[in-house]
Amino acid sequence: MLNSLAAEIIFYFVAAITVGFAALVAFSRNIVYSAFALVGALMGVAGIYILLAADFVAMVQVLLYVGGIVVLTIFAVMLTQGIGDVAVSNRAAGPVAGLAVTALAGAVMLYATIRTPWHLAPAINISATTYGVGNAFLGAYVLPFEIASLVLLAALVGAVVISRQDPVSREDSTVPTAGKSAEALVEKAES
Amino acid sequence: MGGGITLDHFLVLGLILFLLGSYCVLTRRNAIGILMGIELILNAANINYLAFAYFGGARYDGQIFAIFVIMLAAAEAVIGLAVILAIYQNLRTIDVDATETLSG
Repeated sequence: MLNSLAAEIIFYFVAAITVGFAALVAFSRNIVYSAFALVGALMGVAGIYILLAADFVAMVQVLLYVGGIVVLTIFAVMLTQGIGDVAVSNRAAGPVAGLAVTALAGAVMLYATIRTPWHLAPAINISATTYGVGNAFLGAYVLPFEIASLVLLAALVGAVVISRQDPVSREDSTVPTAGKSAEALVEKAES
Repeated sequence: MGGGITLDHFLVLGLILFLLGSYCVLTRRNAIGILMGIELILNAANINYLAFAYFGGARYDGQIFAIFVIMLAAAEAVIGLAVILAIYQNLRTIDVDATETLSG
């Protein structure tokens, strides 16, 4: 399937979209632009999945990533005001140092990718994957599947516990640090 | 070009996504921006999983690992954003350089 000219055109088109939006995520100075560019990058990755004959994973990607995680991220961006003026540059690693590290790591990995003689299997015939994925989930991978549900439950409960607004500490929201708010609570209790 | 799309094409695409994500993680001071970089890195890993699943013959194993990665990314995003919102409630900022209350 991937030998045709049409597949080549589609691959380069989808890859260009993906890389372009990902570059916007990485280099945009405004965090809101980054959050919305993440939608485009993840949709492009879903297109790559379809090109790799993984239809079910592509749908999971669209539903969970684009529909869930990115919406959550945009919510967090909107809920935390005044974050637009946080500069991109970092004291620990500026743009130059970041580019140097990523270029070095990229050169090493590119060399390894191209030089390794990958074992290639004969081309598979394309068919719907939901049957096989479901069988594998309830067969060989049933234990990780069940543990995954426990992980999701723990994440759910943990998120509720962490983000619950404490009714006492909300009163003195002007106090900048948690340590000071604890001192303020002690003072209040003493008075 | 001309020989169709090979495994290397997908690996290089995953590599580019990984490098963009790691650059994002390295240079952002905004905690939400760092989480976005992590999402890009996880997607790069997923592209590699599915490329090896397609070209390597073991078809469903790679797809199942990709689904596990997506699921754990969802859990990670939920917990990470909850922590970020809790930090924001306490400190009124999510600049990772400002959240140094725990440093000695």
